[in-house]
Amino acid sequence: MKFSEAWLREWVNLDLDRAALLEQLSMAGLEVEGTEPVAGRMSGVVVARVEAVQPHSAADSLSVCVVSDGAERFPVVCGAPNVRSGLLAAFARPGAVLPGEVRISTASLRGVQSQGMLCSAAELGMGEEEDRILELDEGCPEGADLAAALSLEDVIIDLDVTPNRGDCLSVRGLARELGVLNGSPAKPLQARPALVTSQAAFPVAVEDAAGCPRYLGRVIEGIDPNARTPFWVRERLRRCGLRSVGPAVDLTNYVMLELGQPMHAFDLDRLADGIQVRRARPGERLRLLDGREAALDEETLLIADGAGPVAVAGLMGGERSGVAPSTRNLFLECAFFSPRTVSRAARRLGLHTDASHRYERGVDFELPAQAMERATELLLEVAGGAAGPVREWVSSAQLPKARQVRLRQRRLDELAGVAIGADEVDRLLARLDFPLAGREETEADGVVWTLVAPSHRFDIAIEADLVEEVCRIYGYQRLPERLPSAPLSMRPVRLERSDPNRLKARLADQGFQEIITYSFVDPALQDLLDPQTTPLPLANPMSREQSVMRTNLLPGLVDALRFNLNRRQERAQLFELGLCFRPGPKLEQVLMLGGLLWGARAPESWHGKRQAADFFDLKGQLELLLEWAGIPDLAFEMADDPVLHPGQRAVVLAGDRTLGRIGRLHPELEQRLDLAPGVFVFELLGDAALERPLRTFAEIPKVPGVRRDLALLVDEEVTARQVRATLAKALGSALAEFRLFDLYRGEGIDSRQKSMAVGLTLQHPSATLTEDEVTRWLGKAVAALEAELGARLR
Amino acid sequence: MNLQDIVAAAEAAATEAADASALEAARVRYLGRKGELTALLKTLGGLNAAERPRAGAAINAAKQRVQEAIARRKKALAAEQLASEVAAETLDLTLPGRRPDAGGLHPVTQALARVEEIFSGAGYQVFGGLEIEDDYHNFEALNIPAHHPARAMHDTFYFADGSLLRTHTSPAQVHVMETQQPPIRVICPGRVYRRDSDLTHTPMFHQIEGLVVDRGIGFSDLKGTVTDFARRFFDRALELRFRASYFPFTEPSAEVDVQCVRCLGDGCRVCSRTGWLEIMGCGLVHPNALEMSGIDSETYSGFAFGMGGDRLAMLLHRVGDLRLFFENDLRFLRQFN
Repeated sequence: MKFSEAWLREWVNLDLDRAALLEQLSMAGLEVEGTEPVAGRMSGVVVARVEAVQPHSAADSLSVCVVSDGAERFPVVCGAPNVRSGLLAAFARPGAVLPGEVRISTASLRGVQSQGMLCSAAELGMGEEEDRILELDEGCPEGADLAAALSLEDVIIDLDVTPNRGDCLSVRGLARELGVLNGSPAKPLQARPALVTSQAAFPVAVEDAAGCPRYLGRVIEGIDPNARTPFWVRERLRRCGLRSVGPAVDLTNYVMLELGQPMHAFDLDRLADGIQVRRARPGERLRLLDGREAALDEETLLIADGAGPVAVAGLMGGERSGVAPSTRNLFLECAFFSPRTVSRAARRLGLHTDASHRYERGVDFELPAQAMERATELLLEVAGGAAGPVREWVSSAQLPKARQVRLRQRRLDELAGVAIGADEVDRLLARLDFPLAGREETEADGVVWTLVAPSHRFDIAIEADLVEEVCRIYGYQRLPERLPSAPLSMRPVRLERSDPNRLKARLADQGFQEIITYSFVDPALQDLLDPQTTPLPLANPMSREQSVMRTNLLPGLVDALRFNLNRRQERAQLFELGLCFRPGPKLEQVLMLGGLLWGARAPESWHGKRQAADFFDLKGQLELLLEWAGIPDLAFEMADDPVLHPGQRAVVLAGDRTLGRIGRLHPELEQRLDLAPGVFVFELLGDAALERPLRTFAEIPKVPGVRRDLALLVDEEVTARQVRATLAKALGSALAEFRLFDLYRGEGIDSRQKSMAVGLTLQHPSATLTEDEVTRWLGKAVAALEAELGARLR
Repeated sequence: MNLQDIVAAAEAAATEAADASALEAARVRYLGRKGELTALLKTLGGLNAAERPRAGAAINAAKQRVQEAIARRKKALAAEQLASEVAAETLDLTLPGRRPDAGGLHPVTQALARVEEIFSGAGYQVFGGLEIEDDYHNFEALNIPAHHPARAMHDTFYFADGSLLRTHTSPAQVHVMETQQPPIRVICPGRVYRRDSDLTHTPMFHQIEGLVVDRGIGFSDLKGTVTDFARRFFDRALELRFRASYFPFTEPSAEVDVQCVRCLGDGCRVCSRTGWLEIMGCGLVHPNALEMSGIDSETYSGFAFGMGGDRLAMLLHRVGDLRLFFENDLRFLRQFN
């Protein structure tokens, strides 16, 4: 909310300079978002009267004026359409400096001398109006410095008022709050009842008392359609961020800013029959003042007349009954609508107005009568007319109840964390000025105060609310700091599971760079990277690119790769650990670990040739990781996977559990996604990667093992895994280590065959193997390889 | 030639031998089977018995001298050889080393881990939580019923069935309170989501929620804990201030500013010249929030706080633009490895 500091200070005496005031507001929970000056920097600008206006002989659009600052007369050429004789205006004397260091001097305009300038709001940094000159109110002393006459040293303060403090959404409300904080009560509201000079009234029927517990209406007849909102009102509206529209709207807005009570002015002549405050009927529609057509539902509270809806209660009026320049007779509405009703309608219609902002947060339900009188007083003064009697409709049963809330000294001390002392609390509560319904000394709780929440405070319902009030006024800064005391119990640390941070550190140590990508992705990309799953769509995404929840980590990894390819990176080795979202009868939120490798095997260097990373680079990384995790019986098995290269894709197995997959992106996908070829990825269940079975000691052999190498010729289809498994079975525990150290195809070998060289380390746990035993084991191994895989020694 | 001359010639030949093969030739010439000293030894047989021992001893002494000369030369040649090999192995040590590409952790991960480490040290448990939540855990159980104006503070991503992406990590505290009885000391780091995207907002970001529930917990405990944390996190004795604020699930509520870590309060661009940086919202857990999750609010009280993990990382590493965290530009990420 924006408001004028000077206006606020009219409502409460504060012994604070501007900086202290701003600090106090922020510390009290009324955060100052910023301030801005109400006008630009200027000098030599005064209040002056336009005494005569003549057309310029050489230019139709210019006038030649005589301007008096009370002491001297100046010839001034002016192009503003509203310049007229008798006007009180802002005059920059020759030598004046306007905002933006604009220096005003004597000039000749189309042959006529002009000394100084009549200023528009824009020229003074006082708003956007640049065609018309400012029209000041009568009463501004001629010749007075403009800055002094208009309090231009004032600032606009922009406050972020939290939803619990609807009572601070007005100048008077803020003054009341500052009064509490400073022990200097705000000025009382003195709205004089307007003189009722007409008996005109308009019938009101409230059908929904729950939504509208109080409704006040008044007719004002015969206002002057030519009346203009005085400059001082327009200026205050401007300093609070509102535009001037016309007297009826401006003055009801003024009352809203001053007192916090939203009001609405209808053109009485455009209302039919009488006002009904009721829920909308099926199919009813209303064209709002902003030109939008609102479809209403049956929970929307309406102001209607005999011809249908004329306003959405507490939100916005309709076009049909709106005040126009020709309006002569007004119906003024001043009501208390329930916060819930307004908030629901605002949300449903996607509307947010100054009125709804206040009603949603709660408007003082005892305020309407005073606000009505204040608005009437101002309107009669500005636009004349005859005020009819105020007609009030009220349902006491539906008005918010005045809540009584207890505050126990013992509880206060406990929650504040310090004993504030009953006397001090008495003083703080007196400043707060909530009606005191009781104060008693008790054995168990010390002093117990019973307070009544005032009608402007919608946030006082329970003891904790009073604790907050007391602490806030006492000052959070004055509360001591202390650390909670608790038994030094040990934090549980899982034995067979890694901390996710430990897993991430391991991946980083292996050379992977962690990335964090959005959990919502482009559905087209997700579909390419998981064609078998329909991802969960957001109901209200911000963009199509972020509209479905990722089902796997590939979209983020691929996007990050693309981003970096476009920035000419030569390699990328990435990982992300995060939730993926699998729709189904019951949505699953699965922690996944994904990795990607692309580009050079190692960073470019002076030694060795640049080699492209391949499947086995990533596989080796994954094996390292899973061995670190300690997952037993690890196996990689070719498997169908539509997003991976048909010849380079595998599922990762641990026994009969599937932990994840690894492979090269399908080359067709690489092309479609504009990726450079050779993108290798893996995905693992996060829980699998976080497993870390406890290591248990195995006896270290006391004697060295014996290494023997075999060169095997096998058919192309025979896999390394089969060779290893066959050897493991044949040799059992005698096989301490297996290495495949050469793989050869080509000259000297049948083209359907390949040569595999394997190194076997044979070992007996306690004895050195004799040459005979070694020979026997090797014989067994070769026999098994021949029998099961058709292998033969080369 | 007499013995002395032979020895002198042999010693000279050994000393002058330029390399191993010249030395070997010298050895063969004097000590070889047909060598000159060997030939002299063969002449001993022609001497009488009285002369033989003396002459034999003389020849053996000469032989030993020659052997020693050859050995000395051999050693010297080996040393020369090694020296020249070593000289040939001199490298340009300024060439870059051979190394694999280093990986690293995302700066936000590092900041969150730092927070976890600090709180773990004080006995807090770390609890993760899920990101798609129901309305109850994200709002209702936190004292934010439907139509509450505070919902406007959370621009929420919804799904068709009414579930939503959590707008803060506070639902995690609800889950903790639902499943544990006091004393509770947890922090809940994680991803959160709001429909907001501009210079200072991304639709996904990170928060760390903290919750302590026990007997006799008051605002002073909150102030002490938050102050201690901020000073540990930035490793400086920074000033803090607690401003009154409002969150539906805490009462009293506060926002916490820390003295600007860049200018230490003098005012700079980072703190918008205020000298202060807002780092978290906090407060005493609202009795309704305790009760709704099954904790007796007369017996127990607690405090909760929530802070932005990305913001902490930005302040710590002097990153000016939040969006850099989610672009995953390797040139950016590697700066924090």
